[in-house]
Amino acid sequence: MSAGHDRPLLQVEGLGKSYGARVGCVDVSFDLYPGEVLAVVGESGSGKSTLLSVLSTQLAPSAGAVRYRMRDGVLRDMFALAEAERRFLMRTDWGFVHQDPRQGLRMGVSAGANVGERLMAVGERHYGRIRDTAADWLGRVEIDADRIDDQPRAFSGGMRQRLQIARNLVTHPRLVFMDEPTGGLDVSVQARLLDLLRGLVADLGLAVIIVTHDLAVARLLSHRIMVMRQGRVIETGLTDQVLDDPREPYTQLLVSSVLQV
Amino acid sequence: MNAPMTAGYNFAYLDEQTKRMIRRAILKAIAIPGYQVPFASREMPMPYGWGTGGVQVTAAVIGEHDVLKVIDQGSDDTTNAVSIRKFFARTAGVATTTSTADATVIQTRHRIPEAPLTEDQILVYQVPIPEPLRFLEPRETETRTMHALEEYGLMHVKLYEDIARHGHIATTYAYPVKVNGRYLMDASPTPKFDNPKMHLSPALQLFGAGREKRIYALPPYTQVVSLDFEDHPFEVNRFDKPCALCAAHGVYLDEVVLDDRGGRMFVCSDTDFCETRRAEGHRGEMLADTPADGGAA
Ligand SMILES: Nc1ncnc2c1ncn2[C@@H]1O[C@H](COP(=O)(O)OP(=O)(O)OP(=O)(O)O)[C@@H](O)[C@H]1O
Ligand SMILES: [Mg+2]
Ligand SMILES: [Zn+2]
Repeated sequence: MSAGHDRPLLQVEGLGKSYGARVGCVDVSFDLYPGEVLAVVGESGSGKSTLLSVLSTQLAPSAGAVRYRMRDGVLRDMFALAEAERRFLMRTDWGFVHQDPRQGLRMGVSAGANVGERLMAVGERHYGRIRDTAADWLGRVEIDADRIDDQPRAFSGGMRQRLQIARNLVTHPRLVFMDEPTGGLDVSVQARLLDLLRGLVADLGLAVIIVTHDLAVARLLSHRIMVMRQGRVIETGLTDQVLDDPREPYTQLLVSSVLQV
Repeated sequence: MNAPMTAGYNFAYLDEQTKRMIRRAILKAIAIPGYQVPFASREMPMPYGWGTGGVQVTAAVIGEHDVLKVIDQGSDDTTNAVSIRKFFARTAGVATTTSTADATVIQTRHRIPEAPLTEDQILVYQVPIPEPLRFLEPRETETRTMHALEEYGLMHVKLYEDIARHGHIATTYAYPVKVNGRYLMDASPTPKFDNPKMHLSPALQLFGAGREKRIYALPPYTQVVSLDFEDHPFEVNRFDKPCALCAAHGVYLDEVVLDDRGGRMFVCSDTDFCETRRAEGHRGEMLADTPADGGAA
């Protein structure tokens, strides 16, 4: 393991977000290491998406801190970054995969342009190279090269989701946030997407924070799991341990309800 | 004063307070080349599509000794050009002209005159859509942030789409430019043929969008660079033939249909330029057998 791997990539401390009187999430703390996949599970309304939005700086926290180790090795407070710096980070070193691909894609431009956008945003000005890179990424997410000029409107749900993933990964981010990336897809389509994600995450050594209410997804993709209830983290640990031997009654309930499906 | 003014209006129609407000916006626009300055656009006695933004800018900068030229698609005698010219002749009593060389203020809808402009001239553009990023990003808050942070990658996404679809950058009008190495600007709605004329022009260039309430500017001698890709460099429209009337090369030509049997010719879109050349004795292929001292259309 290189030196960088024993230092956390992301440090979260006492993070909370309330919407007026309503609790989004409370007092969340954890470290995330390079290449680590963390699943956030819990029932509807438990605060998973809120947490992800604050972690990814799309929402300002009500309390606590998020620190990220920049490429220069320095840990920085994400909410103290200048907006330009933060936005640059979000489109280079970070990715965000939305449950609804329409939120994460530009539906009115071609697949190639969707993948190429981040490259152009960081100053790539050679059309041929942008196109080659886009074609390569479409291949890696199993989209036929001859669809490169089609708009995502003409794509199936699974293809759109794969395109969204390619669009995020093209700049080789180190941290990717995913909110229910397999939600709303057919079971067989889900399975293919999960296989693909698992391969990419391992190949690229990505750190991922994935929100899901599907424990099977957590089991397949994640190293560690965090169980949330009413905005709080009530149990956390290695994924297999937590799922095979849950300590909290609530987690036991979650696990058993999955087993009944 | 050169023309009798209609009584009951302030000079150039707008009241002095409004003109001062517009001048402040213009000064700010000149100070930040290419930046879109919001202004309180006024109702003008003409529909929006007729260039109310340009008219307000002209009203704010014109003085009684100015000589005004108005063109629409390069022509001085379209309904739009004629009525704006008449408007200022009536409300400001200024002299008007069709000659580029004689004008001190030129209001235009689409073209930049072919004759080189000078430091003593102001070119006022009528702009329909000032925001070049709107094509891909309809949210105004987001485009404003993009300008503030100089995040212009999205403009290349549009050019990428052009090449992917047409094999080349097919945008021919309102072609995006980078101003003074900083702001992205819509060179709206002139043909890209005229983009190089904006670059380092000795004339002051002012852009007014009435409906959108924006003014932007290029001070004299400002860098104006058309966006492109390394492997698809910016190119101006090329015309195979010279003007059929005045034989000019390297100018912007309009296609004119001659008859219903498919006969057509290409002539200068800048009518003043074409007429000046013909008066100087230049003859294109359509006029090959007319004498050089007469017969110009
Ligand atoms: N914009 C908002 N305004 C007010 N309350 C909100 C807002 N977004 C979320 N909440 C509330 O915060 C709590 C956590 O919601 P959140 O969306 O984070 O849950 P979740 O775990 O992602 O749920 P789901 O599985 O249904 O997506 C809920 O009580 C919710 O009603
Ligand atoms: Mg959610
Ligand atoms: Zn001509």
